[in-house]
Amino acid sequence: MRFTLSQEQLDFAASIDACLTDTGPKGLAELGVPALLVPERFDGLGAEPIDLVVAFDQLGYHAVPGPWVDTVAVLPALLDDEILAGVAAGETLASIVYRPHVPYALDADNAEAKLFVDGDDLRTFTAGRLLSSVDKARRLFEAEPGEVIGKAADAARAFELGALATTAQLLGLGRWLLDNSVAYAKQRKQYGREIGQYQAIKHLLADVVTRLELAKPLLYAAALSLRPRDVSAAKVAVADAAYSAARTGLQVHGAIGYTAEHPLGARLTKARALITAWGTQGFHRTRVLESL
Amino acid sequence: MDLDLDAATIAFRDEARDWLRSNLPDRRLASFDTAEGFAEHREWEARLADARWSVVSWPSEFGGRDASLLEWVLFEEEYYAAGAPLRVNQNGIFMLAPTLFSHGTEEQQRRILPKMARSEEVWAQAWSEPEAGSDIAALRSTATRTEGGWLLNGQKTWSSRAAFADHAFGLFRSDPASTRHKGLTYFMADLRADGVTVRPIPQLDGEPGFAEIFFDDVFVSDVDVIGAVGEGWKVAMTTANNERGLSLRSPGRFLAAADRLVDEWSRHGRPREFADRVADAWIGARAYQLYTFGTVTRLAEGGQLGPESSVNKLFWSHLDVALHETALDLLGPESEVDDWSGGWLFSLAGPIYGGTDQIQRTTVAERLLGLPRGDR
Ligand SMILES: Cc1cc2nc3c(=O)[nH]c(=O)nc-3n(C[C@H](O)[C@H](O)[C@H](O)COP(=O)(O)OP(=O)(O)OC[C@H]3O[C@@H](n4cnc5c(N)ncnc54)[C@H](O)[C@@H]3O)c2cc1C
Repeated sequence: MRFTLSQEQLDFAASIDACLTDTGPKGLAELGVPALLVPERFDGLGAEPIDLVVAFDQLGYHAVPGPWVDTVAVLPALLDDEILAGVAAGETLASIVYRPHVPYALDADNAEAKLFVDGDDLRTFTAGRLLSSVDKARRLFEAEPGEVIGKAADAARAFELGALATTAQLLGLGRWLLDNSVAYAKQRKQYGREIGQYQAIKHLLADVVTRLELAKPLLYAAALSLRPRDVSAAKVAVADAAYSAARTGLQVHGAIGYTAEHPLGARLTKARALITAWGTQGFHRTRVLESL
Repeated sequence: MDLDLDAATIAFRDEARDWLRSNLPDRRLASFDTAEGFAEHREWEARLADARWSVVSWPSEFGGRDASLLEWVLFEEEYYAAGAPLRVNQNGIFMLAPTLFSHGTEEQQRRILPKMARSEEVWAQAWSEPEAGSDIAALRSTATRTEGGWLLNGQKTWSSRAAFADHAFGLFRSDPASTRHKGLTYFMADLRADGVTVRPIPQLDGEPGFAEIFFDDVFVSDVDVIGAVGEGWKVAMTTANNERGLSLRSPGRFLAAADRLVDEWSRHGRPREFADRVADAWIGARAYQLYTFGTVTRLAEGGQLGPESSVNKLFWSHLDVALHETALDLLGPESEVDDWSGGWLFSLAGPIYGGTDQIQRTTVAERLLGLPRGDR
């Protein structure tokens, strides 16, 4: 047993981090992020879910907008098709509806692959009205299912991968919120001292790091097994930890965190949106209990 | 001890209920954090004022009904239960007005209150500064003596609705040699005066819900000083207790939200999974209502608002967040595009404004429980 990321995985994370810091999402295709789960016969990397987790943690950290979960994590499990070559090349985007867990379609207007998962059937859908998400960076559309176009390669696996990638994004969001709140607490002064000197602030942040650190191993274990129980346990714990990072982050920042001009808000609202995407906390808790 | 209302109070409440029922705007007003919504809210306030429902607890000479505190609380319950629009002038009505009633001159009351009652003039609270948030006594904005008045200089920030408001009230350092709580004076200023620049700041929902205000040699006359020169801190504390204590968050708001949550829960088939949290939200709202009845009774019998204002604030700020979180979790993925998410975002500001939860806890521990004072 070796339950920790390999040096290659750590390097992969570092290069995504550097890329997103310097050039934004454009360079991700070059690093192979969209190709991760695409089989080698379609020019993909045929990588493991744990590599997906490494990548989505970074996407979450940098709050990268767009249908990444749909395209990179879910689509390759639904199709066995040439279109995946486009995904691997970073040219094709997917928008996927998976009711009841994913009722609306993300970025449907920019997606070449628009899929509505209906049991084991795959349908197309027509995008309707643009809705206003609590996360202003998420462009959600109503979706009207159309014709059946075929069978899903593995709809159940696609769901687990959607939930897993979303969970990894939440972990990244939580880490960013913690890092930046800690940095702010060291620098913001009130009553003549850094607010990080106040025990009230220390304890809030200490609780966040405790939750995040203990949620992370559940996420890694879920990536290794992709068993429903493990994925659900991870989603519940990571989402709770990320949410506490968001609440605490806002509280520590005070009013400055409540502005659209500060990057904290976008993380806070994204965390809220992702908590209910690909299975609510209630759904995942129930799945854990039913498996015990 | 009893909770029964007398006939006159019941009649007052029923009159309010009937009026609201037949006079509510027939559609939801646009957000008062937009220019359009702000104007719509002013119109609504004028309509409320015409029927003398805008400031029920004020003396009738200023547009009120001389209503008792209890009547005011009941009016608020009716107001929220009816789903009536938010109060665009709440900082004026619930913070500046009580300050003027305790410390203002008769001239100030006559000049300011009637226009406030109709929201012909909407007021912004200009307290916070970039370096003075929780530590409001660290404020740096100055007031310098000049003929017939003062010149204001400095920067205020996070001023709710200042993007559209007409006037602002806040503290300035009038004695340059002073530090902390001393040498501050409480001023009112016209936001359209020469030397004032207002920069709207978008909040998390993207709307300009607050603004920063820059003062560059802004003249204010002596008649715009509230209370004595150099006594601004004392005057401000009246306002702060009002914000935390009673006025800003009437129990009606949480009762109405708890009722809406119960409806939402029923609409979703009363799922067992959320039963405890829904019940807790309702119990919390009811507890808050009863606690307020206690405060009202004490005040009516001559009591004062003290550090228990902080208990109150801690309680409602938590309740409001929990209630909204429950609604979002109950709605599941639909919550992402539902109105409840806007309410949730607003609830998250509760533990920050009006004194953060951390500051309130310290106040409760030190002033109510008498625990030793720590460094601050
Ligand atoms: C929606 C909204 C509307 C607002 N409207 C207005 C308005 O109309 N007018 C106005 O003047 N202001 C307004 N404010 C500002 C509000 O009053 C301040 O945000 C508040 O006083 C906190 O100050 P701050 O944001 O600078 O946070 P800071 O004071 O910088 O606090 C940051 C963190 O440090 C903690 N902290 C600070 N000191 C201590 C201590 N001694 N012990 C323990 N913890 C501490 C705080 O609890 C907080 O968690 C508004 C704020 C919001 C969010």
